[in-house]
Amino acid sequence: MKLANYEKTEVKNSVKQEEPVLHVKDLEVTFKTYGGTVQAVRGVSFDVFKGETLAIVGESGCGKSVTSSAIMGLIPSPPGEITNGRVLFKGKELTSLSKNQLREIRGADISMIFQDPMTALNPTLKIGEQLTEGIRQHTSISSEDATKKAVEMMKLVGIPNPTERLKQYPHQFSGGMRQRIVIAIALMCEPELLIADEPTTALDVTIQAQILELFEEIQQKTGVSIILITHDLGVVAKIANRIAVMYAGKIIEVGTKREIFYQPNHPYTKGLLHSVPRLDLKGKPLEPIEGTPPDLFAPPAGCPFTARCPHAMTVCEKIMPETTRLTETHDADCWLLDERAKK
Amino acid sequence: MARYIVKRFFIMIITVLVIATLTFFLMHSIPGSPFNQERGTSEAVQANLEAFYGLDEPLYVQYGMYLKSIVTFDFGPSIKNPNQTVNDLLSRGFPISFELGIITILVALISGVTLGIIAALRHNGVIDYLAMTFAVLGISVPNFVLATLVIQQFAVNWSILPAATWSSSAHMVLPTLALATGPMAIIARLTRSSMLEVLTQDYIKMARAKGLTPMKIILKHALKNAMMPVVTILGTLVAAILTGTFVIEKIFAIPGMGKYFVESINGRDYPVIMGTTVFYSSILVFMLFLVDVAYSLLDPRIKLNAKGGE
Repeated sequence: MKLANYEKTEVKNSVKQEEPVLHVKDLEVTFKTYGGTVQAVRGVSFDVFKGETLAIVGESGCGKSVTSSAIMGLIPSPPGEITNGRVLFKGKELTSLSKNQLREIRGADISMIFQDPMTALNPTLKIGEQLTEGIRQHTSISSEDATKKAVEMMKLVGIPNPTERLKQYPHQFSGGMRQRIVIAIALMCEPELLIADEPTTALDVTIQAQILELFEEIQQKTGVSIILITHDLGVVAKIANRIAVMYAGKIIEVGTKREIFYQPNHPYTKGLLHSVPRLDLKGKPLEPIEGTPPDLFAPPAGCPFTARCPHAMTVCEKIMPETTRLTETHDADCWLLDERAKK
Repeated sequence: MARYIVKRFFIMIITVLVIATLTFFLMHSIPGSPFNQERGTSEAVQANLEAFYGLDEPLYVQYGMYLKSIVTFDFGPSIKNPNQTVNDLLSRGFPISFELGIITILVALISGVTLGIIAALRHNGVIDYLAMTFAVLGISVPNFVLATLVIQQFAVNWSILPAATWSSSAHMVLPTLALATGPMAIIARLTRSSMLEVLTQDYIKMARAKGLTPMKIILKHALKNAMMPVVTILGTLVAAILTGTFVIEKIFAIPGMGKYFVESINGRDYPVIMGTTVFYSSILVFMLFLVDVAYSLLDPRIKLNAKGGE
């Protein structure tokens, strides 16, 4: 589906021709519960290239976080299970690795930043210990060198007096500082891919801006690829290169930031953009998307957005639309884009 | 920290004094005296006895004498066994109760925590259900029932362990088993539920995302956070077990401190009641103090200071 763009691309775009750092294809994740089986992720495909930031946006429960957990091999099993699909990290298939092999990649090559810095750090361990334990697990680095590295990382994320602060506990730091530490921990092993799951949601807006700038700075310095998972389009507009819009366990539109913001093609993407306050539309009421997402215990056969879509047609209910290539980088799954649809 | 300990020390003294005072007046509000039980002693003899022990004095004088005995820690002779002092009884009985208590606590703590962790890791699995069934049984079966069962099985039917007394390590097995099962079950249940809560925390997910081994995640990240409730009950548990458990000591004929508790109350043996009460409450208060210190060691967010924390 979406990856085809980049594999078959004929455009002489150096970024796009590279081997992607991460290649996800037809990923499906289900959770077995007493109430039935939830199909949380239903065939997601995307690529992440070196040094870029891919934002995955969508509302709560659309499968963003499950997708990231699946890449990390952190789906709790049972009840969760990757039922289909491939996750290739630098050409290596992750879904077939053993638990121990996966653990060696986790934290070393792929790191994760969690949403809430207030709970992501262990309250009973010193910051220094929490920074160094990962690198000491993955490499045979000495304790002094690990501490040096930790000081370096603390400097990189902008924490003053790093040597002294390593001896402190999480409760002695503010929320923004804690998120910086969480980012420093994620960077300790110099990963190639950073998955940031709503990294700014729990922070207040001024701190949010600082953290986003920090992401940009780190990416420039280290060339790390970032998957940014968020529901905040403001964050996306600031740091994403490309955007994948997720809805009901599927990616329904993917494109560059410019394409998604200025030429959205899927009605859901349009709805999402319309529901964000804008300075240039002062005085006009916000347009929320009416209705609620479909029940993923029994997802609809056709397009999952049909029930909420202002342009829904008969075919939408019954058959899931094929992916339409709009440009080399822009895809959308919508029947309106089919040539047979009435314009 | 130092100021906290000093302040806490004074509070501990006051607490023990309050307990001792309440016990004194409760004890004297119960009708009867040590000398009027089916002995048929003449009134003259009784009056002499009371004069000897100072029981003919007004209550406030007795209370004063009693306070003095607490401060000097000299409770005088026992009324029922006049040839030995209360201090003799305590110094003879307590080391044995203490030995039994320490072994019991260690067994209960180590096995209880281990069982709790295993149950939490195998949440809703067969091992979890087995462990928790065992824990419910351990809590519901009184230790004296368990004591007679283990004596019947190990000492009588199989003849592999001695049935009673306290003289070698083999003698310690059955009383420890009978005494430790209950606390172990309580600790296992607490550890399990607290572990289950901790394992859902973000910092555990983060530890997994760092690629740490499951062993490190459990022992380093989860256990320390999960131990708070266990430490809370451990204080009272230790005090209760250390100062002797009357029933178990009676069943296994262990010459510990526990029996003096009960016998002294039945016999209105005022000096022994007061001595054991003060001794017991001092240990209890001290254990609760240790628990508070342990909190601050486990969780750096808990600061001990003279203002009573932030």
